Amino acid sequence: MPGRSVRRTLLGVAYVAAAVVAMVFLFLPIVAIFAHTSPAELVEQLGNPIVRDAFVVSLKTSLIAQVLILAFGTPTAFLLASRRFRGHAFAVTLVELPLVLPPAVAGIGLLAAFGRLGLLGSSLDAFGISLPFTQTAVTVAVAYVASPLYIRQAIAAFEATDPDLAAASRTLGASPLRTFFRVILPLARGGLIAGLALSFARGLGEFGATIMFAGSLQGVTQTVPLAIYAQFDQDFDATLAMSAVLVLFSVALLTALHAGLTWQRSESTRSPSLFGLSGST
Amino acid sequence: MATLRVDEITVPLRTFRLHLSLEVGSTLALVGPSGAGKSTVLRAVAGLVRPESGRIAVDDEVFFDADRGVELPPEGRRVGLVFQEYALFPHMTVRQNVEYARRHAADEYLERFRIAHLESARPQELSGGERQRVALARALARDPQVLLLDEPLSALDAHTKTTVRAELHELLEGLDIPVLLVTHDFEDAAALADEVSVIVDGTIRQTGTPNGLVAAPADSFVASFTGANLLHGHAEPGANGSMRVRLDDGTVVATADQAHGRVALAVYPWDITLGAEAPHDSALNVIHAPIRTIVELGNRVRLTVGPVSAEITAESLERLGFETGQVVYASFKATGIRVVAEHEERTS
Repeated sequence: MPGRSVRRTLLGVAYVAAAVVAMVFLFLPIVAIFAHTSPAELVEQLGNPIVRDAFVVSLKTSLIAQVLILAFGTPTAFLLASRRFRGHAFAVTLVELPLVLPPAVAGIGLLAAFGRLGLLGSSLDAFGISLPFTQTAVTVAVAYVASPLYIRQAIAAFEATDPDLAAASRTLGASPLRTFFRVILPLARGGLIAGLALSFARGLGEFGATIMFAGSLQGVTQTVPLAIYAQFDQDFDATLAMSAVLVLFSVALLTALHAGLTWQRSESTRSPSLFGLSGST
Repeated sequence: MATLRVDEITVPLRTFRLHLSLEVGSTLALVGPSGAGKSTVLRAVAGLVRPESGRIAVDDEVFFDADRGVELPPEGRRVGLVFQEYALFPHMTVRQNVEYARRHAADEYLERFRIAHLESARPQELSGGERQRVALARALARDPQVLLLDEPLSALDAHTKTTVRAELHELLEGLDIPVLLVTHDFEDAAALADEVSVIVDGTIRQTGTPNGLVAAPADSFVASFTGANLLHGHAEPGANGSMRVRLDDGTVVATADQAHGRVALAVYPWDITLGAEAPHDSALNVIHAPIRTIVELGNRVRLTVGPVSAEITAESLERLGFETGQVVYASFKATGIRVVAEHEERTS
């Protein structure tokens, strides 16, 4: 049947052509950043005070935000994964909401909640605390937009652990707390790390909510994405250097994530994967 | 030896309510079809499922008492539970699994279950039989007052099952704590336990020794579950005080039991004799029909002839030289038939 084989060949060509277009489209902007920046320029630009300040602000606020996400998000995710209660679906939706919220809306929401004239603003004022346009505000904005990524992944990781293993631990005399730390947490580890990496990457790139809620003050609230925006019509080289560093960081994160998940999968038969799509890599 | 008492516990399940009492002195097997609530009973004893009412105790150690508001958490009950898929911790070695309950007891149990050479292996690297030994060692290292086994043989392939069953039987014989095991296989139950309780839809149909159940099944379900052929028909009085039952396919069979109206008859495969020619012996019932299937079960062979299946040794089959499609005589004595109460068949 020659007609059929010709059609199959054409279909194959169409697939490959579409894939080539898509991949070139996705990769071209990244190549362009490096085409404009030589490694020497990149290193030189790291001495630029604006660039240095932006990285310090970004790293500091991101790290604090991730610690908070880990501390509050892990128990939240475990609760949502292991208990079924009235309003469970609503609670999960609530946790995921910041993920789909436009960042500018998140920023306005944060202002309306914690701003001077906001819901909690006057109570905070009474303690002499004013959040907006401080470094704490950056951390709050980052934590707000990034936490759903971690919590979602953590819920999936906890749900993927075999409930019989926790039950076995209990019948062997372990308390719920010991069961959590000796059995559930080690088994969910891969998924938790993946979630944290995604949340970290999202937090580092945060722009909209931060600029609304914290402003863009060099050395205080100006994170790398904000500095890129502030500099791009004044010092395009600095902008490119910062972008290049962020690209390298993202690549490193993604590579580590895939390597970590592959290792995790070969070690155990039951392991959660990136975005909960098992066997896709 | 201690006694595990489960008194009148009720647990609501999806399509029915589990409601039963059990008394386990040595080894009791709870057998029934899947979804009968067997595992729920084990989980209730272990504290993983909370019954609505009732009482669970080992001697005077009360695990659960709804009336008095007693409910020990799972870690507060000295219970050894071996899960169906063994539930070994995949991120720990064999030794770490066995040590999980009591750090200092591991060596003794690693030796006793012949898994000392596997102590640094992970569960994923073990065979089914080895996994079961690790699971048993881990459960017993807890020094439990009662041992619970959930389908101990179902995770094994047919090849290793026979060996493991013999090993398990030997182990259970040597234990001085009550053992409650659940299985869907009557043969496994009969091989492992002194006493068997048949459970259907959350209630116990009959309890007795394996031989006792076969000799006098309480109803048609127990009869078919213990391996009997079930024949349905109408009873009518026959000659010399014996009964005749006209089966639904028109065959008339004789039985020594008394009955009337609609009845179910149980005939065990090993009570049926097969021959190429009409028998001239005391058997009153003869079915003349072609052989539909021949299935080998180890050293025995099961043949279906008309409405019944018969079991003979592989040696007999070789001597008789039967083949599928061959018309043969299947005969059984009237005294080999038990009239049993018709029980509503559950279809699911």
